[in-house]
Amino acid sequence: MKTFQRSFTYLVLLFLYIPMLVLAVASFNAGTDPAVWKGFTLHNYSELFADGVLLPMLLNSVIIAVLSSLIATVLGTMACLGMHDMKPRLRNMYMTVTNIPMTNPDIVTGVSLALLFAFAGTLLKMKSVLGFTTLLIAHVTFSLPYIIMSVLPKLSQMDPDLQEAAMDLGCTPRQAFFKVVLHEIMPGVISGALMAFTMSLDDFVISYFVYGPKFVTLPVEIYNYTKKPLQPKIYALFTLLFMVILLVMIIMTVLEAKDEKQQSQRRIAFRGRRKRKEVEG
Amino acid sequence: MIHTKRLATPYIVWMVLFTVVPLGIVFYYAFTDSITGQFTLENIVRIQSYMPIFIKSIWLALISTLVCLIIGYPVAYYIAQCPPSRQRLLYLLVMLPMCISFLLRTMAWVSLLDDTGIINRFIQAMGMKPLPLIRNNGAVVLGMVYNYLPYMILPLYSVILKIDSRLIEAAQDLGCNSPQVFTKVIFPLSMPGVISGFTMVFVPAVSTFYISQKLGSSGTTLIGDVIESQFKAAYNPNLGAALSLILMVLVFICIGITRRVSGTEEVAMP
Amino acid sequence: MKRLCALLLCSVLLISSIPVSASAAGGSINVYNWGQYISDGSDGYIDVNKAFTEKTGIQVNYMTFDSNESMYTKLKTGGSTYDVIIPSDYMIAKLISEGMLEKLDYSNIPNYRYIDKAYRDQAYDPKNEYSVPYTWGTVGVIYNSKYVDEEDVGSWDLLWNPKYSGKILMFDNPRDAFAIGELKLGYSLNTEDKDDLRNASYELIQQKPLVQAYVMDQIFDKMEREEAWIAPYYAGDYLLMAEENPDLKFFFPEEGFNLFIDACCIPKGCQNKEGAEAYINFLCSPEISGENLDYLGYSTPISKAKDFMDPDISASDIAYPTEETLANGQSFLNLSVEANHEMDALWLQVKTQGGVDSYAVWSMIALVVLLIAYLIFRQIRRKRRIAARCARWKTDSRD
Repeated sequence: MKTFQRSFTYLVLLFLYIPMLVLAVASFNAGTDPAVWKGFTLHNYSELFADGVLLPMLLNSVIIAVLSSLIATVLGTMACLGMHDMKPRLRNMYMTVTNIPMTNPDIVTGVSLALLFAFAGTLLKMKSVLGFTTLLIAHVTFSLPYIIMSVLPKLSQMDPDLQEAAMDLGCTPRQAFFKVVLHEIMPGVISGALMAFTMSLDDFVISYFVYGPKFVTLPVEIYNYTKKPLQPKIYALFTLLFMVILLVMIIMTVLEAKDEKQQSQRRIAFRGRRKRKEVEG
Repeated sequence: MIHTKRLATPYIVWMVLFTVVPLGIVFYYAFTDSITGQFTLENIVRIQSYMPIFIKSIWLALISTLVCLIIGYPVAYYIAQCPPSRQRLLYLLVMLPMCISFLLRTMAWVSLLDDTGIINRFIQAMGMKPLPLIRNNGAVVLGMVYNYLPYMILPLYSVILKIDSRLIEAAQDLGCNSPQVFTKVIFPLSMPGVISGFTMVFVPAVSTFYISQKLGSSGTTLIGDVIESQFKAAYNPNLGAALSLILMVLVFICIGITRRVSGTEEVAMP
Repeated sequence: MKRLCALLLCSVLLISSIPVSASAAGGSINVYNWGQYISDGSDGYIDVNKAFTEKTGIQVNYMTFDSNESMYTKLKTGGSTYDVIIPSDYMIAKLISEGMLEKLDYSNIPNYRYIDKAYRDQAYDPKNEYSVPYTWGTVGVIYNSKYVDEEDVGSWDLLWNPKYSGKILMFDNPRDAFAIGELKLGYSLNTEDKDDLRNASYELIQQKPLVQAYVMDQIFDKMEREEAWIAPYYAGDYLLMAEENPDLKFFFPEEGFNLFIDACCIPKGCQNKEGAEAYINFLCSPEISGENLDYLGYSTPISKAKDFMDPDISASDIAYPTEETLANGQSFLNLSVEANHEMDALWLQVKTQGGVDSYAVWSMIALVVLLIAYLIFRQIRRKRRIAARCARWKTDSRD
């Protein structure tokens, strides 16, 4: 049974990665059709860097992702701190509102925001509403629920007496907050922020409805590319992105593992010290 | 913690402005006429002719979600039983595809499944006739399963991880054999994960428009396609809004039903 | 660890604060054109936008659309900061009637004098107050001679031939698609008669099971790769495709075909009208028009430009058909609002046709019935369990 599960899992992983392999191989293909191998070349990569359009789009995507996840993290964490203290009925109302973007299909969120901006445009008598701001607003809006879902559990898991204990030991309320509460919820904040960043970077559907001509993100541009004859430099871009993200994730996992090891060693050392004190004292 | 309740105010203002109000506007557009702007039920009436498309979308999404569940459950179970270092690595490997352009990965499937694509060229090289692998419902289901499988595996994994192994031992001590342990202990305890996974796969699957455009035939138009064309090709936002409204209601009903069937209100986060 | 994160964050913020769009000294213009419709330097041909920037110092932000309708939608839904758009004749007529175009200042477009008289003062823009012709062209049928028998070609019927089911492509915009249906039935391209339109839509619906996909620019890949064998498309694009795949051939159907002019206009709300007019003027210079259309394969409205073109192209009877062939061509006129509405609604019907297999409907119904039965069953079981527990409690407490 165990071996069946293991081989099944690896089979599924293979299934997940085959298309990426196809694209990676195609990025080195001299021909444009991924199905026909015409020889090895680095031409696509050089074209990618010579092209002045795709890489700025990537930068656009990164800018939006960073900004939107930052804003969403701040707003969301503040909201969690507020919600934590609320009476259940008010908190439930907040949670319902939070759940709306999560349970709504992406296309409905995109469409509703597009209509909102069109409406605002006619109200403010502006012809061209869609642009950087609308894109940013949309990204923050769909990121917020993920932040809340990440931070709120951590907040409820936290020992409520910790903050009081800190203040008893001499902290001001502000110090207590920053040194104790924030430290406790930090894992949740970080994982929420990362999730928001990832979702924003790869978001296509919502951006597709609210973007403006001057500021286009990478996924939308890729969609426009797929409507034209395919150019292999897209595959080169994909392969590069894949490598970068893989690298970043490996580094993060290694760091996380090291962190955990450090923490467990610290705990063992601490316990050892306490035992020694007990024996001596 | 003084005044902390007020900290949540900017958030709720933002959400109301950009989540609740837009839905109201969708409502407004759905019930107004595209030219004159007056109240009309015409858009809702026109939706009747799209009923086959709604049914097709739901049908394909359901099949995809079930396939994801069947494939994803053993994978999640296996990962949950691995030692922590291996767990981390496998978790990473499963999550990685989610972060990278799903558009390009779908295009890769087109290259694989096309009549002149990689698989068919391989088959032809071996002397057999090419298979119609693309532009049918099967290809669309494949595309959906491929894109949304990680969304099923991750919540399942995080919930199965938390199942107390002592409960399983207790069940075995009381005389259950393996299938019984699964159906009576493991599966019910993993319900929140199943619900979460189901929601996270079904909702995007029922509203997708890209996958059906690339992998489906000219006859597999899904509801997402129709909505998208109303906003991008033809300019009829009122009909598009009406369709979005119905889609939203549909999704709401489906989620409500699944929560009822499973008997739980909890939702697990991956 | 914390300091590293802080450093990373700061550097990212710094980088992101660098403005994304580098505004050149001479300003910039936003150009919105059909896809694959300008020479961009590939295969050694001229890069028109780069040449323009070198000459005037104005940066060109070049964006593409794949049909007149999606361009119109983009303009309507805001984001109309385009300076130059290049739609087709009937769409220009529509934009003029809706007051969405600026009048051109011809003192900034002296090269207009090179445009042939035959292409001026057309029905869609008499007096050319709002537009300057960019190219003209024709629609015909491209087919792969390796797989398509010669005896089947010659008429629009080829696109309905079940022998090639699944290998036929079709236009993904209502005007071009309906035009083919109308020509096949012998109607005018500009008929507004509701019955005519409906009959044309029935033809399209009948064709649908044979159609591989409704495409515009994806056609290049599909025909070159031989994924599809038959497609109606523009003559100029055929010439481009034939270079990649010499098996591809072209013909003008005997029932008639669409003859079109695409022209440059300036939409209302543009940011840089002078830059836009300079761009239009640049495109009209014979040298640029010649080199540009030499690559594109479409036909130039400037006779002098032929001096700068490859003589093979200017002699080609596909790029420049004879008078006799051209007599069979019809131009689009802008239809009335009601006719447009009707056509849009019928087109949506065509695109969304393709009913559900009946087994899907029945299995859905069966599923719903099973679900309800299961819920009721559970409810009953729960009630029975509670009743049994209550009875046991009563007997226990009595003991």
